Amino acid sequence: MAAVDVRRIKLWQDRIDTEVEIAGSGPPLVYLHGPWGLAPDRAFVARLAERHKVFAPKFPGTSAGDPNSVHALDGWHDLVVYTGELFDRLELDAPALVGHSFGALLAAEFAAAAPGAVGRLVLIDPVGLWRDDHPVQNWMILSDAARKVSLFADPDGEAARRFFEVPADPAARVDALSQFIWAQACTGKFVWPVADRGLARRIHRIAAPTLIVWGGADGIVAPLYAQEFAKRIAGARVEVIAEAGHLPQVESEERVVAAVAKFLR
Amino acid sequence: MKVCMFHLMPYRGLPADFDQRYKSAYIDPLWFDVADAEKVGEYYNATLDELLFAAKSGFHGLCTNQHHQNVYGFMANPSIMAAVLANGTNGQNVAIVQLGSTLPSTTPPTRIAEEYAMLDCISGGRLVAGFPTGLPSDATISNGVVPIEQRERYREALALVVKAWSAREIFAWNGKHYQLGMVNLWPRPIQQPHPPIWIPGSGISGTAEFVVGQDHCFCHLSYYGAKNAKQVAERYWDLVARKGRDDNPYRFSFLQLIGVAATDAEAEDLYAEHAEYFFHKLLYTPPYYQAIPGCLEYEALRQALHHNPRAEVKLRELKAPDFFERGFVVVGSPKTVREQLLDGIKELRMGHLLALLHFGSMPTELCKSNIDLFAREVLPYLQDQWDDRYEDRWWPERLKVKRPTAAKIAEPAAAS
Repeated sequence: MAAVDVRRIKLWQDRIDTEVEIAGSGPPLVYLHGPWGLAPDRAFVARLAERHKVFAPKFPGTSAGDPNSVHALDGWHDLVVYTGELFDRLELDAPALVGHSFGALLAAEFAAAAPGAVGRLVLIDPVGLWRDDHPVQNWMILSDAARKVSLFADPDGEAARRFFEVPADPAARVDALSQFIWAQACTGKFVWPVADRGLARRIHRIAAPTLIVWGGADGIVAPLYAQEFAKRIAGARVEVIAEAGHLPQVESEERVVAAVAKFLR
Repeated sequence: MKVCMFHLMPYRGLPADFDQRYKSAYIDPLWFDVADAEKVGEYYNATLDELLFAAKSGFHGLCTNQHHQNVYGFMANPSIMAAVLANGTNGQNVAIVQLGSTLPSTTPPTRIAEEYAMLDCISGGRLVAGFPTGLPSDATISNGVVPIEQRERYREALALVVKAWSAREIFAWNGKHYQLGMVNLWPRPIQQPHPPIWIPGSGISGTAEFVVGQDHCFCHLSYYGAKNAKQVAERYWDLVARKGRDDNPYRFSFLQLIGVAATDAEAEDLYAEHAEYFFHKLLYTPPYYQAIPGCLEYEALRQALHHNPRAEVKLRELKAPDFFERGFVVVGSPKTVREQLLDGIKELRMGHLLALLHFGSMPTELCKSNIDLFAREVLPYLQDQWDDRYEDRWWPERLKVKRPTAAKIAEPAAAS
């Protein structure tokens, strides 16, 4: 596994202190994590780093010692402009951009706002569109039991077990749970209470070749949303991974790695 | 010592199998499955009657509160209830204690400034202005407030309301959450620069810190009784001392469920089913509807994860004798009740007791008999507490005249 370099950079007039985990070598790739923070996705990010130089920034407010910086961003316009500043500071020139869930929505919004800044786009179970007949579940108010079933195709499988595992050590337990909860709080700021902030009006601006990956058993955003995204992004391809839920990169890592590798080759 | 009658206005006639049908008293219960608008009309009117009866009986204040989308209490706008109470108690030495309208859920919050000012005018300056942040489910699910913004909005809204009440000139408010170009509130409260401000808090969040900093009154609206609030009170009074504030008990209000009858045995018998209804049906709220990510600020979240004193209580496994024995509900003869209450009042340094004399499915006759017995045989023994040494600085000025002390009732022979 490639060594991970954690770079800490100050952005947004020094009001946001963000950790970016950087690993691997090759063409640049930015990975934007979902509502549960970067931690659950580290194994997947490490696989991406086998072929790419991967930059995995933590969402504002989720870097150690800087929980309140999320309050420095007041809405989607701020968040998209902030993402541009982050790309500039990392000296990225039209990298591949991969996002999951909330992170995929942010990737799509950024790719629509700055079409020239994204080389290729991978959206894994993105939120951001809405159909009244298939409402997107609010993942922040699910019971433990409902959350397991909504997030995982196999709620009792190894991937689900690892995702929900809490350390036995009391101090480590508080750290793990507070990160898990606070990451949802910070990302939830931009999609509460309905994960539709008008992407449908802007999505036509996405110019990057796009791959849409969807877990066939996604209980948060129904798989039919894959077509909703695909029909709005010119030339987008869809890859459905039947044996995965909302986190295919965690539950079916190998297949997502292969699909992304093929698309970015 | 002041004693106020608190009311939740619950749904009193839920089906017996409600707790099997629903996993939550909030959000999930379907109106057309369990409720009846005609009955609810009766409940609202009974609630108003019970509160007005408490005023006539000698209580110092009447408390309302705001909740949404639940069976537990649904005064969706407490100002509507308070308007009736304010008008109905004119000429009486009674405060209208709003605990109250929830600022983050109302946009713009100057609407609440207006409603409270109306209440202060209608009541002739008898308003206590309570400002709860609101339950997480009320604010974020029922009213769509972004969880991580609930407290930030609250603080900004309160600052705007206080300024709007007393500003001599028209001003512009260019805030983060609220922008108003010309604020010139009509009406203004009689009590200037503002009515006394009370702020409820759970004891877990950072609210107490804010309240003491602002020198307002902190209300701990616990349903677990004075016996179980020692830790919260100790932390609060430590904070008061650390911040250099005085130890005036009137900066602390506490809610307590209370049931009085002629004897201990009769009280336990009369109130058992209503206590179980309250704790099993009404108070049942699963963590995923209240521990919503962002509703606790980061430091408070970590503190709650380290130690949440309420996390271990499994209410549906307890029965009425447990609720009584653990002090969640203080029940008994007048003698028993006043002794237990006085212990709690002294132990917590409680200046305002918020007596929840209606709870659960209690019919109005029982509630009124509870109020009546309490007012005649308990209240007179409590109300002199603290007054020899402390002034209630969180009470409407016009109500500070010393009330004639009701004649203490002779010890009832039957009291155990």
